[in-house]
Amino acid sequence: MKRVGKQTWVFDEDIYIRAAATAVGPLEADGPLGGYFDIWHRDLYCGEETWELAERRLMSEAVARCLQKAGVSAHDVDLFLAGDLLNQNATSNYVARELPIPFLCLFGACSTSMQTLAAAAAFVAGGLADTALVATSSHNATAERQFRYPTELGVQKPKTATFTVTGAGAALVGRTPGRWRIRAATIGKVIDAGLTNPLDMGAAMAPAAADTIEQHFRDLGTSPSDYDLIVTGDLSRVGSVIVRELLAESGYDISDVYNDCGLMIYRPDQKVFAGGSGCACSAVVTYGYLFHELDRGTFHRLFVVATGALLSQTMVQQKQSIPAVAHGVVIEAAKQEPDSLP
Amino acid sequence: MGLKANYLREVKAFQPSPPYAANAIKAFLVGGALCTLAQWLAEWHSRLFAVSPFAAQLWAVTVMSGLAIVLTAAGKYDDFSQFAGAGAMMLMTGLANALASAAIEHRSEGWTAGVAGQMLKAGGATILYGIIVAYVLGLFWP
Repeated sequence: MKRVGKQTWVFDEDIYIRAAATAVGPLEADGPLGGYFDIWHRDLYCGEETWELAERRLMSEAVARCLQKAGVSAHDVDLFLAGDLLNQNATSNYVARELPIPFLCLFGACSTSMQTLAAAAAFVAGGLADTALVATSSHNATAERQFRYPTELGVQKPKTATFTVTGAGAALVGRTPGRWRIRAATIGKVIDAGLTNPLDMGAAMAPAAADTIEQHFRDLGTSPSDYDLIVTGDLSRVGSVIVRELLAESGYDISDVYNDCGLMIYRPDQKVFAGGSGCACSAVVTYGYLFHELDRGTFHRLFVVATGALLSQTMVQQKQSIPAVAHGVVIEAAKQEPDSLP
Repeated sequence: MGLKANYLREVKAFQPSPPYAANAIKAFLVGGALCTLAQWLAEWHSRLFAVSPFAAQLWAVTVMSGLAIVLTAAGKYDDFSQFAGAGAMMLMTGLANALASAAIEHRSEGWTAGVAGQMLKAGGATILYGIIVAYVLGLFWP
């Protein structure tokens, strides 16, 4: 493992994702990627009493299924890294309570999926863990209630609003060979473009995503054509156009290889405004659909850039702007010998 | 001027603007229809039970609020409001929805700290400003 350039970690040794699993709610299961998820629920309560318990159940199920797929007992995992959107990262803490694994809680808002994955790869590469488990979750109703309004409050949302994905994703990182290999990670800086509207997070996060992607290209000396797919977490219909424009201004045309998880997870007619968002958005699309496509050979090398709006209700009410961060991880199909990252 | 150099100003070109005209027309038609319905209810009640027009109006507003609460509990009011916008706020229906939605939302924290304590979360400001405005107007039109 070494740092290349300013913000990028390159993993020369073989760091694998041994297994990954996803659990989702009804709308996600009904979406175009529904068939790629491991566990799906018919209603938002997922058989629990409250929405918070439902979110916890989603993460627990994703973790259990991930360990089951890898054929690994939780006792054999050296480190658990997780985060979510609730205050105090409540979902992750309560899921960790049930696991016999040392736990580091991380918060990166919707960038948590790649934040935990990058950190896990670094811990494994550094020899501090042989096997590290990562997980993240979000739930539409718990996020609405915490960050916006009561779920049933009648407010007219603008077209720029996003729809929090209900789901959870988990992955097991280690040195034991698996089907996917983590090649590099770029840790983003917090960028605040000065926007204050929590119902337009795509525009608030796009500059952070562009900054991380550009820094990644510079650090490694790569260009968009070196990747089969560059995918952002939840920039949605608004932010995904902005990030392309920002990168084009810097001389990088990513249009041919670019997509956004928030645009992939729902059908246009699912009434989700500008698209999906939330920690689970990038997690379930990557761990569910994209890993499947790596297996199929549709893509060989992915650059997944999870985008997080570091939104605090109190700060927004005090008229402070919304900081954002984006972390990117390069993941490859491990079928063949790794060709060198340029 | 590039987007990056002047983000706050240039980004507006990428943010879809609300359909003001369509929203205004929908709000006018839906709000108007609700008011017409409430007026008809009031007149019908006034005739049926031979009560004063004021009592009949109170009854009509109560019925409209009850309808809003039923729609909220059924999970339909937010869809209706997304369509109707300001039209959904006519006649106390908006306030009834604000109180009911907050109460439903916080049921998981119990009756006292949850339902009772949080019920005014979304509608409290409406009630406070409503009282202030009513008081001020009352000074001029007693």
